[in-house]
Amino acid sequence: MNLSLETMLQLSILLPLLATVGILATGSRPNLREAVSIVTGLVLFYFVTRLYLGLEQGEVITAQWWQLVPGLQLSFAIDALGMLFALVASFLWIVTTVYAIGYMRGHHEKNQTRFYACFAIAIGSVMGIAFAANLFTLFIFYEVLTLSTYPLVTHAGTAEAKKGGRIYLGILLSTSIAFFLLAIISTWFVAGTLDFKPGGVFSPEVNKLVAGAILVLFIFGIGKAAIMPFHRWLPAAMVAPTPVSALLHAVAVVKAGVFTVLKVCVFVFGIDLLSILPSTQFLLYLAGASVLLASLVAMRQDNLKARLAYSTVSQLGYVTVGALLATSAGVIGSSMHIAMHAFGKITLFFCAGAILVAAHKSNISEMRGLGKQMPITMAAFFIASLGIIGVPPAGGTWSKWFLLMGTLEAEQWILMAALMISSLLNIAYLLPIPFHAFFSGDNTPYSRAGIKEAPTASLIAISITTVGCLVLFVYPQPLFELARAILAA
Amino acid sequence: MLIHLPALAVVIPLLSAPLCLFLNRPLFAWLFTLIACGLTMLVSIMLLQQVMASGTIVYEMGGWSPPWGIEYRIDKLNAFLLLIVSSISTVVLLAAHTSIEKEIPKYRITLFYVLYLLSLAGLLGVVTTGDAFNVFVFLEISSLAAYSLIALGEDRRALWAAYQYLIMGTIGATFILIGIGLMYQMTGTLNMDDLSRRLPEVAQTRTVFAAFAFIVVGVCLKVALFPLHRWLPNAYAYAPSVVTAVLAATSTKVAVYLLIRFTFTIFGISFSFTTVPLQTIFVILGLLGIFAASTTAIFQKNVKHLFAYSSVAQIGYMIVGYSIGTTMGLMATLLHLFNHALMKSALFLALGAVMYRIGSVQLVQFQGLGRQMPMTMAAIVAGGLSLIGVPLTVGFVSKWYLVLAALENGWWPVAVLVLLGSLLAIVYVWRIVEVAYFNEPPPGRESVQEAPLGFLIPVWMLVAANIYFGLDTRLSVQVAEAASQALFGVSP
Repeated sequence: MNLSLETMLQLSILLPLLATVGILATGSRPNLREAVSIVTGLVLFYFVTRLYLGLEQGEVITAQWWQLVPGLQLSFAIDALGMLFALVASFLWIVTTVYAIGYMRGHHEKNQTRFYACFAIAIGSVMGIAFAANLFTLFIFYEVLTLSTYPLVTHAGTAEAKKGGRIYLGILLSTSIAFFLLAIISTWFVAGTLDFKPGGVFSPEVNKLVAGAILVLFIFGIGKAAIMPFHRWLPAAMVAPTPVSALLHAVAVVKAGVFTVLKVCVFVFGIDLLSILPSTQFLLYLAGASVLLASLVAMRQDNLKARLAYSTVSQLGYVTVGALLATSAGVIGSSMHIAMHAFGKITLFFCAGAILVAAHKSNISEMRGLGKQMPITMAAFFIASLGIIGVPPAGGTWSKWFLLMGTLEAEQWILMAALMISSLLNIAYLLPIPFHAFFSGDNTPYSRAGIKEAPTASLIAISITTVGCLVLFVYPQPLFELARAILAA
Repeated sequence: MLIHLPALAVVIPLLSAPLCLFLNRPLFAWLFTLIACGLTMLVSIMLLQQVMASGTIVYEMGGWSPPWGIEYRIDKLNAFLLLIVSSISTVVLLAAHTSIEKEIPKYRITLFYVLYLLSLAGLLGVVTTGDAFNVFVFLEISSLAAYSLIALGEDRRALWAAYQYLIMGTIGATFILIGIGLMYQMTGTLNMDDLSRRLPEVAQTRTVFAAFAFIVVGVCLKVALFPLHRWLPNAYAYAPSVVTAVLAATSTKVAVYLLIRFTFTIFGISFSFTTVPLQTIFVILGLLGIFAASTTAIFQKNVKHLFAYSSVAQIGYMIVGYSIGTTMGLMATLLHLFNHALMKSALFLALGAVMYRIGSVQLVQFQGLGRQMPMTMAAIVAGGLSLIGVPLTVGFVSKWYLVLAALENGWWPVAVLVLLGSLLAIVYVWRIVEVAYFNEPPPGRESVQEAPLGFLIPVWMLVAANIYFGLDTRLSVQVAEAASQALFGVSP
């Protein structure tokens, strides 16, 4: 195909949206409908890879759409950070679609057409967020992402789903309108532009108090980054079917949040300004507290998905800390953690879903001895846990390494301690699950049942992401190069 | 012909009204009214084009030059309002034929169209005229027509609602008349242009202050500014659905126009904003209106009531923008005038479709509608999102400018409050969404179908406008900007 890179950039946003039409049109024929999803996923990933190669060769890839309001244009540009996010999200979308086919059919879910259609809109808006060239464009896709995932969260249509959806939408929309939008308009008012620029858009003479206040508004307003006390939506969203929790609430939505935080820190404020703002220290402690507290809460959860959700809140805190540290190691660490955590957490959620479909269990206390029945799933769970904790042979090692380096560089000893303690807590709440599954309880019902794994499609997906965790340990170079290029620009 | 356009905008509906009386068949009456409204809309579009291209149009009624004759004066603000009023009236009218056959007895249908045309003529007259007394005359024409239209509602409470509105509206109109009389006494003229030149000479007299107070309070009654809004919710809730849609989108908007015209053009900015503490009073009332009315909306059981209170809250936003007292603030008000007309006409018309199918707009009756009337409910959700101010809808554009105007003036607490106010909108919109999408239809209502095309087409035209003008803001922003600059005397 002889498409120009600019066209591919625009297609990567439009294609999933167009696929929605195809999915709705083929709704009565499930196989065809899923084929549309998979083919779109593959083509999208092809586009993103081509764009990545173009970016590596130093090409400037931008696209302008129309002006919404004078001076505010919908426009897109590719940079290293956005590319990293887009690569991760578009790759994992394919895997998740494969997984979802197994899960949704195995679990006999209703309204599958609506499910796949909303999924496609969500991924399209993620691409829009990743490639947005200014805050305005980013904000628009940020809101579309919130709204398109609402039907996914409330998919079950039960009273519980309604309640979860209420919290989900309530927190995400409220924070984005009350704080995020205000922060954006204030930025426009103070700096006169909303474009992302290396080194930031504020002039060095800007009133530090005002800029500090805007930073607070940003961090609170980007509710998707789930910084406490605005994290409640994430556990609430766990009523969704597992593929949704996996892709959206371990990868797309939450990563859109921390991605936006990173983008704002590096390209709106610039790390030089960020390090001297009066509110940065306060926000760092807030994020650090979020890391620790969420880990503690995670330990007390017996429901596996709830535990994973709180673990996500904690890990998102790492990324925010890294961004706010305003050092190069911090930025590298947090952008790498976006990818590392994505692979690790999506695997864990896949496993949780597999256990639900195959063994109909959702509580951790009921999973003793499960390793005998589901050896592949539990092995994958073990490896992915290592990735979250940040020990070899999983990719999470590198990102956590850089994050700690970042705290050292910034001489934030308290935060360094917080990150390390939290990693220990990760061990305490994740590893016992595979451990008990394999080594405890000979008298569990599972030991006699023989091997009974999840549907094949789901197993394939689990294997791919698990291998991904390992590969990222052995071969983190391309990821590291991308992360390093963020500040080099 | 072209030079007579300003007169035609009023004359077409005014003359069509009595002609319509001769048409007994509902279908003919509807088509006739539709043609009249369509022509008016065409005239408005041409007027707007002319004004934007070559500036203010002055038209001497009957060839009598002012101040003896009545002068029609179309500047950018007038043309903008003309477009809003005439186009919304036309689009809403598309649904009328389907809607009123269920809500109004057959022998009154012709009467309905006559009143509709009279109300339109009155509103357009208020907007076009450059004569203060003429304003009162047209205001009464439109109001009397509106009272009768509301009273046509099938619910018997419509009579009481119309009566309430009649009393409050008449007090308002009387106040305006007293104010105009006092101004005439001091200046000897009724022509707005003359008034604006002669009033400053006598500005420091008690009579002029009294005139100002009477006019502002009278107009605010018509605007339904909190706490003078008590007539509005019932009037909107019990009127026939089409009437609600058109009144919500036009009559309060025209009243806001009057407020701007009287304070900015006739009394002048320096008098209204520095001599009189209008700014402080209005920003407080506007914000109170946003919060009190939005909170009340949350607890309504009747969805028409819910959106009626929401309208009061939205008027609060317009008043806040107005009270900021800068070009940007006024621009935000004008934008919201346009945008809110689009939102509320879409929403109330969609409610009309619900009324048509299930005969009620109680919130509990919405159970299961998400599945039974997917297109109608999708329209309500889209309109609701616009009301919240989600990007890609017109509501976002209004909010953007309003917050920017507040920040520009250093009023950051107002900016915060404006945004917090939209959170309340999320709550009341989502109450409807949850009932409609998460419940099964109640027993005995399983067979409800999607609304007929007669509804869906105009509803979705308005929803499409909500999205289109949220994406392409050139028309609304340019005109609003030019109009507010002209009012502040900063000619572009």
